[in-house]
Amino acid sequence: MDLSAISPTLLVASLMVAATPILLAAIGELVVEKSGVLNLGVEGMMITGAFSGFAAAVLTGSPMVGFLCAAIGGAALSVIFAILTQYFLSNQVATGLALTLFGLGLSAMLGQSYVGIKPPVSAKLDLPLISDIPVIGPILFSHDFTVYAALTLVTGVWFFLKYTRGGLILRAVGESHDAAHALGYKVVRVRILAIMFGGGCAGLGGAALSLVRVPQWTEGMTAGAGWIALAIVVFASWKPARVLLGAYLFGGVAVLQLNLQAAGVSIPVEYLSMSPYLITIIVLVVMSTNRAKSALNAPAALGRVFHASR
Amino acid sequence: MLRLEKRPNPSQAWGYLAPILAVITTMIGGGVMFALLGKDPFEAIRTIFYDPLFSEFAWYYRPQLLIKGAPLILIAIGLSMGFRAGIWNIGAEGQYIIGAICGAGAALSVYPLDSVFIFPVMILFGAIGGFAWAMIPAILKTKFGTNEILVSLMLVYVAEQLLASMSLGLMKNPEGFGFPGSRNLQQYASAHNAELWTGTAIHMGVVFALISVIFAYIMLARHQMGFHIRLTGESPKAAKFAGVNPNKLVIYCLGFSGALAGLAGMFEVAGPSGQISIDFNVGYGFTAIIVAFLGRLNPFGIMLAGLLMALTYIGGEIAQSSLGLPSAAIQALQGMLLFFLLALDMLTNFKIKLAKAEVRI
Amino acid sequence: MSKTLLHLSGLTKAYPGVIANDDVSFDIGAGEIHALLGENGAGKSTLVKMIYGLVRPDHGTMLLAGDNFTPAEPRAARAAGVAMVFQHFSLFEALSVAENIALGMENPPKANALSTGITDVSQAYGLPLDPERLVGDLSAGERQRVEIIRCLLQKPKLLIMDEPTSVLTPQEVTTLFTTLRKLKADGTSILYISHKLEEIRTLCETATILRGGKKVATCDPREKSARELAEMMVGGTLNSAKLQKTTLGEVVLKVSDLSLPPQTAFGTSLKSISFQLHKGEVLGIGGVAGNGQDELLACLSGEVRTAADAIQLNGVSLGHMPPNTRRALGVLAAPEERLGHAAAPDMTLTENAMLTAMTRKNLSHSGFLDWPRAEAYAKLVIDQFDVRTPGPHSAARSLSGGNLQKFVIGREVLQDPEVLIVNQPTWGVDAAAAADIRQALLDLASRGAAVIVISQDLDELMEISTNFAALNAGRLSDARPMAELSLDEIGLLLGGADAAA
Repeated sequence: MDLSAISPTLLVASLMVAATPILLAAIGELVVEKSGVLNLGVEGMMITGAFSGFAAAVLTGSPMVGFLCAAIGGAALSVIFAILTQYFLSNQVATGLALTLFGLGLSAMLGQSYVGIKPPVSAKLDLPLISDIPVIGPILFSHDFTVYAALTLVTGVWFFLKYTRGGLILRAVGESHDAAHALGYKVVRVRILAIMFGGGCAGLGGAALSLVRVPQWTEGMTAGAGWIALAIVVFASWKPARVLLGAYLFGGVAVLQLNLQAAGVSIPVEYLSMSPYLITIIVLVVMSTNRAKSALNAPAALGRVFHASR
Repeated sequence: MLRLEKRPNPSQAWGYLAPILAVITTMIGGGVMFALLGKDPFEAIRTIFYDPLFSEFAWYYRPQLLIKGAPLILIAIGLSMGFRAGIWNIGAEGQYIIGAICGAGAALSVYPLDSVFIFPVMILFGAIGGFAWAMIPAILKTKFGTNEILVSLMLVYVAEQLLASMSLGLMKNPEGFGFPGSRNLQQYASAHNAELWTGTAIHMGVVFALISVIFAYIMLARHQMGFHIRLTGESPKAAKFAGVNPNKLVIYCLGFSGALAGLAGMFEVAGPSGQISIDFNVGYGFTAIIVAFLGRLNPFGIMLAGLLMALTYIGGEIAQSSLGLPSAAIQALQGMLLFFLLALDMLTNFKIKLAKAEVRI
Repeated sequence: MSKTLLHLSGLTKAYPGVIANDDVSFDIGAGEIHALLGENGAGKSTLVKMIYGLVRPDHGTMLLAGDNFTPAEPRAARAAGVAMVFQHFSLFEALSVAENIALGMENPPKANALSTGITDVSQAYGLPLDPERLVGDLSAGERQRVEIIRCLLQKPKLLIMDEPTSVLTPQEVTTLFTTLRKLKADGTSILYISHKLEEIRTLCETATILRGGKKVATCDPREKSARELAEMMVGGTLNSAKLQKTTLGEVVLKVSDLSLPPQTAFGTSLKSISFQLHKGEVLGIGGVAGNGQDELLACLSGEVRTAADAIQLNGVSLGHMPPNTRRALGVLAAPEERLGHAAAPDMTLTENAMLTAMTRKNLSHSGFLDWPRAEAYAKLVIDQFDVRTPGPHSAARSLSGGNLQKFVIGREVLQDPEVLIVNQPTWGVDAAAAADIRQALLDLASRGAAVIVISQDLDELMEISTNFAALNAGRLSDARPMAELSLDEIGLLLGGADAAA
């Protein structure tokens, strides 16, 4: 066992990469939940994005087209959820589960011929001078597009929710759909847009996994990342900055356990592999013990069905 | 423009019609999906839904229905109790795995002892294993208010890693030439969950599935606990007013579904599967969610839905070998079925009207 | 009135099974306070929703200041100068006052300018309010101010107010009236919806009365007596419940030093509540919504557990007991929210009878439920309380508000309680059903039971209570004989000043 093989600089740099898929999915889901909708289909949208991004990138040879198609794929799947929950008034928990099951099945079905292929390499930023700066260079300036895209999205969502009228309307819809409806806001339209945004983000997150992090396509490769993204939204008590914190924390755990595995620590691999899930549970428990505080931020209409009667 | 209007009373007719229509629309939707994959849609649908029951080789497939249906029904019955009360155990797959590990562990620890008590003890351990695994989200929810959906799901991945660890380590067959996986319980008479009548495929798990259906029916229709479960699902505040203790209900619902999932896992490992191995679990715990909804959370409905879902599994296997249909196609088809059901479900509580000049829906 | 602001003619709106508005026509003058009077279900809400663009009429026309007025949505109505203060406020608890107000405006100014605007308007009209506070922390009266300021910032030509005084203390009502008169003086028209006749007679110069969706009359309410108006509204003569003179028996229920921390983020805490309840007594507990009514009922019904000694029935401590144990001892309750608390909306009346009568009516034998008996009991309640429904198999949600409330009250009364606690027993119930419900409560008391009526309707409490106490910010005043109290004293009690002071 050789722990000194684990370099802190590389650790931080790789945790940013490891956290990005979850960060993307979580920031999307945060917007969805802020609008009062609970979409448990993140895992399904992520895997759909992972597949459609991978396939598009392989077919066109362009990772950027891949990312675009991943976002479209995730959003397309989320439209099913949007129609069912917003127009057919179905139970959001059940519909979200269905979305996950369907997404896993569909992607596995379509993806069979893509197993074992290598995708085109996503370009890293690698600015000539500054990425060579020790420590800061590898951490800040030598990542691929998704890392920066995720950070930009988090900042954008934070600004949107806090400072724009659109963000205020979105929060209002999530707080009380009846009051928002009475004021003449289009509850269903706002929610559908939010759901599609969430789907697009989850799709991007999936592609960050299949095109950058892994990078290849395997059936069920998200392995619970979508669910962890859901947990991070709770952990963050619906605040964008804390989603970032949560995702990087989680990325850190994931990378550390991989490094420990590689360093040959005497803990069996299976136990190291289950640690991210166990830590997620522990974090959820810690968060729920001071519920009174986080409840203030939880959208009051979360998961409730909206039907404008008379 | 179409408009939804809430019915004063839920429609019973649509309660029965919705699942049937959902199956029909899924056949159409699935046909379209298969056509897009370049397969003959009629051939594919016939292979999946008709051939297992009525083809030349149906004598072989029909008993398979029970083998695949029993665990689905057993798990779905447990889940349906919680789903009715708004308690979402979606980690049945994990409880299924732990039940199998505990059941098999009980047998393997006394191997090669020969006793009539071994099998009953295995049943007990299977149920306790699933129950205990489900108690983790239950206790965290009652003590700290932690979301049971996320916790129960995370525990599926933990259980899968435990399963891998068991089949590579503690439970590995010492005479297995280094291959992963435990001893085969089918070759250990005291522990084998054998057919009760040769050729029928009816093993102890099938019997337990049937008992669970009847038990759940009596519970929901005649017993106070069932009434409280339904009441909590309909209106948590009214339930509290009626004197329901929500925490007890969480413990009961999660415990019950965990025990049944554990039983299902134990019957599977001691019977059709035979051994603890890395790929022991095949997703029954997740498919059971679809079964529970398709059966409208009604025990007899679940029985029918479980058999139907078993049919698609078997039909899917046939289609895989005869038509080259990807195995995951069945999973997508099952997901699609749940979508159609959820969409059509609305019609039990709403009427669709042509709106004259109403302002927005 | 010099000029007509809003001209309504032949407005008709039908829903399946009901004609909500049938050929309604009247005019609202500029700078006029116009009352819209009618019982629950008379069609007031539908009419107002048409003016505000939430519902489109089937027939009829509206002219606003002479121009054709067909608002397709509230936004269009607001742009045309129509603003509305809702009965159930359209506010967002987790957002600040300023954010709430911004949401109600088409083109809100920048945050700073908006804050100044809010402060200006609130000072001009005597409505003090801090723009940065969370709405969830405000009292009902303050929340209404948010709604009113939201409207006033748009400089509306017509302000619609739906039952604005139902959540206010008498003193707050006086303040509101001052504000409304100022607005009128500035030339704003006000459409004032209410069923409180005295209010309308002091405030309004014109009143339109609706009954069963049709206009009955437009008149000057100051020239009519309250009784005349009431009879136009109801279309018949009214009976009021009669309290039979009873002497109070011994103490049945003793509540001492009952305290409770807030149960939710914006909940109210109960602070050291003490009172005694006698056989044959009707204790009226008044107070504005959100002052601890729901919490007090939950403590008494057993939904929330407290210290054992805080609540005693005939000397037996029961503060720690769950609801069904208390029911067995004779303490029954009917919460305010009919659908979703007192009754499960999608369940049948039989199942809803089982909901609370399981213990006292022997509907359960060692855990197994006796459905035929439950159905028989549901039928009994339906018959005895004249509940209009096809039968016990109907879902609770299919009943009208009044009928469901009669079922809920009947379900408890017919279990022969020793103590019955009801919260807002006639809220949103038509006058005939309300009278029946009050009579049933009085009859129950005259048979020797003790009744607690928690209500925001002072008229109701004055009609049926033996003793009166007021709930303010989680504190309960001393109970005093209703007959000794004047309206002013009651108002002070509701505002939190103990009458003894």
